[in-house]
Amino acid sequence: MNIHIKNGRLIDPHNKIDARQDVFIADKHIVAIGKAPQGFVAAQVIDATGLVVIPGLVDLAARLREPGYEYRATLESEMDAAMAGGVTSLSCPPDTDPPLDEPGLVEMLKHRARSLNQARVFPVGALTYGLQGAELTEMVELTEAGCKAFSQADTPLTDTRVLMRAMQYAATFGYRVWLRPQDAFLAKDGVAHDGEVATRLGLPAIPVAAETIALATMLQLARETGVKLHICRISSAEGVELVRAAKRQGLAVTCDVSMNHVHLSEMDIGFFDANCHLMPPLRNQRDKAALRAGLLDGTIDAICSNHSPVDEDAKQLPFAEAEAGATGMELLLPLMLKWADEEKIPLLDALARVTINPAQLLGVKMGHLSVGAHADVCVFDPAAVWKIEPAALKSQGKNTPFNGYTLQGKVHHTIVEGHVAYSIQVAN
Amino acid sequence: MNNPQLNKNGELQHLLTTEGLPVRILRDILDKASGFVSLAEGHEIKKVPLLHGKSVFNIFFENSTRTRTTFEIAAKKLSADVVNLNIGSSSTSKGETLLDTVDNLCAMHADMFVVRHSTSGAAHLIARHVAPSIHVINAGDGRHAHPTQALLDMFTIRHYKQDFHNLRVAIVGDILHSRVARSQIHALTTLGVPEVRVVAPKTLLPTHVEKLGVRVFHDMAQGLKDVDVVMMLRLQNERMQGALLPSAQEYFKYYGLTQERLALARSDAIVMHPGPMNRGVEIDSSVADGAQSVILPQVTFGIAVRMAVMSTLAGSKQ
Repeated sequence: MNIHIKNGRLIDPHNKIDARQDVFIADKHIVAIGKAPQGFVAAQVIDATGLVVIPGLVDLAARLREPGYEYRATLESEMDAAMAGGVTSLSCPPDTDPPLDEPGLVEMLKHRARSLNQARVFPVGALTYGLQGAELTEMVELTEAGCKAFSQADTPLTDTRVLMRAMQYAATFGYRVWLRPQDAFLAKDGVAHDGEVATRLGLPAIPVAAETIALATMLQLARETGVKLHICRISSAEGVELVRAAKRQGLAVTCDVSMNHVHLSEMDIGFFDANCHLMPPLRNQRDKAALRAGLLDGTIDAICSNHSPVDEDAKQLPFAEAEAGATGMELLLPLMLKWADEEKIPLLDALARVTINPAQLLGVKMGHLSVGAHADVCVFDPAAVWKIEPAALKSQGKNTPFNGYTLQGKVHHTIVEGHVAYSIQVAN
Repeated sequence: MNNPQLNKNGELQHLLTTEGLPVRILRDILDKASGFVSLAEGHEIKKVPLLHGKSVFNIFFENSTRTRTTFEIAAKKLSADVVNLNIGSSSTSKGETLLDTVDNLCAMHADMFVVRHSTSGAAHLIARHVAPSIHVINAGDGRHAHPTQALLDMFTIRHYKQDFHNLRVAIVGDILHSRVARSQIHALTTLGVPEVRVVAPKTLLPTHVEKLGVRVFHDMAQGLKDVDVVMMLRLQNERMQGALLPSAQEYFKYYGLTQERLALARSDAIVMHPGPMNRGVEIDSSVADGAQSVILPQVTFGIAVRMAVMSTLAGSKQ
């Protein structure tokens, strides 16, 4: 179907465009920017007057909870959430039940996702069988089935020999390894940052050293093996500094941060707010400032939602017993805009962290609106102000630390592969 | 952030922690407790009808004999109907959630819950959940808080020392895992004690304990020097596992309260312990039973203080 998006402000970080430009879509692709190609007849015209037109967002960490955790969320509910959030490509961690360690599971997930015809799903395969950290998965087969990287999700790999071999094997084929740095022993039973708040509230703590020790090991092994290492969900100032130093030394390492950590700190836990029970834990104000500085200087390449829907019962428990995680895909864009506004950085620059940068980390051709590119587009109203009300979220996970926040920026249309997969319901 | 313990009139709605409580509320409770004690001067505390017709549910998800018993006695002295539930051994083991249990008890028309739970924040969770007519008293949640213990400790200190403003107080032992210590620290600093010390090896101290407004000592002799009050903490046996301490013997050698160590404190220093004591682990018997020990009066005062807390809560308007 031919679509003409007219009168919008086009922002495409990859092509460094921030201008009033029309977008023309035909046959699943962008066919022109600015002027209509000869003979173009639009079947649908989207009037984007006053709206911003950007590449569909690419989210590096969105748990869909399938297979195995359908009581928390289903592909249907989370795809709706992705669409409402303008997320057109997402990568899901392998911590499903069973974990994504068999090509058949990956194919099934891809098939289910495709049949919904909403966001593109790029699974991250398990690095080891069952995420148990002992035996390597069939990475070649998994890649053929559609995996874009390999990871342990939130399960640390304690055996450093297995870690090194996994990296060597992945490096043989040029596969990406995504790891979240957390030392299993130092983090054992911990639920909050080892800081003032955990001290006051008597919460079992996770020290910063849990991150830096694991990170130092990973960086060292990446040097040894030459693997393409991506560090997931960095949380501490010291962690950012280690990645910065490694990059300066020329190591091909990349890094992301969760949107929660860009905006929140341990102080937000207040009186045991289980919505702030997140993994990695929210750290202190200084860490938050360092994460923001890392985003600005390029140490941190991308921001993800770390979307982790949790069922209500699992949050209605004392803080330490409550399950970690928060819903996030629908809040990624407005929280991105809030960050850009607070840091006074142009949208052209800011939006790279949720479009072209994560697309390149995944090794996919999305995240930009060049002529000939896949027509994955998000059209949003930058002026719309809305209050976060959990019940109104499409995600089955209703828990968010941003509950009650008033945010600016609302998605109006989400276009995936040249079809309008979502349009906002306008009240009459 | 709203203080979840106070209602919109600034009165005590729940007692969850001593942190952030206005000093007037702490003093009111101590004064009220004095009234109950003087009622009892020389003889047993009389029964008063302040909670007549009210139901107090003691819900203990973790075992306790002394705390539960003193709450029960306190509630009965106030003429309340008391129901004791040891949930550690019943519904939650059948898969019922904490809040389901609470809802069921609310349906039995509870007016007040006294809650003990092994996880920090349990009492806050319950307080957020129940109807505004119901009061929650935290009788100990994980490592977080044990406010009535701290209040009875404050009562004891005031009883023997009269004024808080010229005291040095040392809290000795496993601060890391202690809800009692956290509640004591907040109560002492709120009441104006100029110097609160904590004395422990580094493995038994939270990383940022100094942020609570205490001076940190690792050496018993220095930590006890010239103090007016020594507050000992119980050392759980399981601390020997998990590489926190090598042995009870070595702990006693460096951190046990003996007569020699106590002699470093002021000659009129008092010795307190929240119980149950491990004689020969954190405290020597000669000190526990000695002239400076006020450990048994603490228990007696505990009844009056809990009566004061319950009657304060019952008196707050919704």
